[in-house]
Amino acid sequence: MSITFNDVSHIYMPGTPFEQTALKKINLEIKQGQFVGIIGHTGSGKSTLVQHMNGILKPTQGAVTVEGIDVNAKGMSARDAKQKVGMVFQYPEHQLFEETIFEDIAFGPRNLGLDEKEIERRVKTALEFVGLDFKTFSKRSPFQLSGGQMRRVAIAGVIALEPKYLILDEPSAGLDPRGREEILEQISELHKTTGVTVIMVSHSMEEVAKLADRLVVMYNGQVKLDGSPREVFRHGREELSRAGVDVPSVCTLLAEIAKRGLTVDGLPLTPEEAAEAIWTVKGRHS
Amino acid sequence: MEELIKTVNLGHSYRGPEGDMVTALENINLTIHNGEFVAIIGTNGSGKSTLAKHFNALLLPTSGKCLVNGYQTDEVSNLWAIRQTVGMVFQNPDNQLVAAVVEEDVAFGPENLGIEPCEIVRRVDEALKLVGMSEYRLHSPHRLSGGQKQRVAIAGMLAMNPKCLVLDEPTAMLDPVGRHEVVETVKSLNKKGMTIIYITHAMEEAVNADRVVVVDRGKLAFQGTPVEVFSQVKRLKNIGLDVPTAADVAWRLKLKGLVLPETIITNKELAVALCP
Repeated sequence: MSITFNDVSHIYMPGTPFEQTALKKINLEIKQGQFVGIIGHTGSGKSTLVQHMNGILKPTQGAVTVEGIDVNAKGMSARDAKQKVGMVFQYPEHQLFEETIFEDIAFGPRNLGLDEKEIERRVKTALEFVGLDFKTFSKRSPFQLSGGQMRRVAIAGVIALEPKYLILDEPSAGLDPRGREEILEQISELHKTTGVTVIMVSHSMEEVAKLADRLVVMYNGQVKLDGSPREVFRHGREELSRAGVDVPSVCTLLAEIAKRGLTVDGLPLTPEEAAEAIWTVKGRHS
Repeated sequence: MEELIKTVNLGHSYRGPEGDMVTALENINLTIHNGEFVAIIGTNGSGKSTLAKHFNALLLPTSGKCLVNGYQTDEVSNLWAIRQTVGMVFQNPDNQLVAAVVEEDVAFGPENLGIEPCEIVRRVDEALKLVGMSEYRLHSPHRLSGGQKQRVAIAGMLAMNPKCLVLDEPTAMLDPVGRHEVVETVKSLNKKGMTIIYITHAMEEAVNADRVVVVDRGKLAFQGTPVEVFSQVKRLKNIGLDVPTAADVAWRLKLKGLVLPETIITNKELAVALCP
């Protein structure tokens, strides 16, 4: 049970002066239940990559399969395969359109032809997952919410489709630290409780490193590094900066300290871990 | 230093969705001097953008007053003078560009002021040079990167010859490279004498300012130099704001009992303190 890329290449506007190769012969398997972070610099191909996962973009070469079915084939089975993959675009709050929050979240499930009772259940559960109270919010207009709340309603609209694979393209962009933390926590919670496969695109190492169990680093349309966050950091510090990815600020800090002669054990990724690691070295001496 | 912007007991309230009055700002007293680089930080909904919109009369105070270069913002006849003194750059670069060619976009403001064509050309040249975008003057804005678009938006403001730029989270939608480009541009403009008001929740960017102003729930919570503000780790965390990583790690080490100076906010300072 997985999403697989077999030798997938994608060229934008082929045969024109603007022709641009966005993906080069990608081979990738994302297994069910994983939490995968996809990181890369702007233009590295990360958004192009994820848009292949439910057939929004078609490969110029190669094939993408969801649970063994080619998503670009014709017919019902390809449609069913695509429905297993839910996609939250960048700035999803721009896609809100209904008069009430309930109706906005119900739009997707209703298009799946579900009955009203099931629709209501799904809206309720989805709102719960994103931390908004059903009674307080369901009858309100989505346009009277704060930016962070609108974002969460938009994500709830995709969760209500109950996809097996949930793709989020920079879900925390533009939010303040607290809003960012809340949304990431809710995604992590959703992953833990429902077992949904999460594929999260970001250019910040910092946030994916904490959540994902696997990181895929894109550079120039290719997969540059692939592994657990710690593996990626251990083996790829230089490659990461060459790929234009923001390494966690703690790594930059520890590199600066190492330059002056203090090295710490392990690979701290958060301020807590860094303080602990420095303390073990410094505390011993003083 | 000469006062450029001054708010006196400024308050702003509006009617909310349920018909009740919402207070966005309360009793703000803030003075910004010529040539200063001031960062305003606060969480989403703290009122920091609402405050910024008062600085060029996009919003008017519902109580108290706001003065720009001595002009009171709620006087309609002052509007043109105020808008030319204070230029505003917003978060989304795609919403701020109006023309099909970069140089035309930058010329849009001065053209509307009825300025002589040769003077417009001179201003466009200079503005594009200041933001490092001269070689793109004949490009089409929509094919530029986010950081480049944001620099064109800044050039459009510079062509109006303002005294002050207000930037409302100009890097929030940009990638690391774009963020760096914009921050460096802003820093160099300030060095050349431009007053900068920089609204952000990226603490690493606020460190560049001369003064940091913290806004919380519509009120001016506290202010000071970056060192004074960011060494108050606990207070900022309670408000829901981050602190620069070095300040955070230093704070945690101090809690464990390590003796460190109170003033650490950059990586270098922490490295020097740990390995003298």
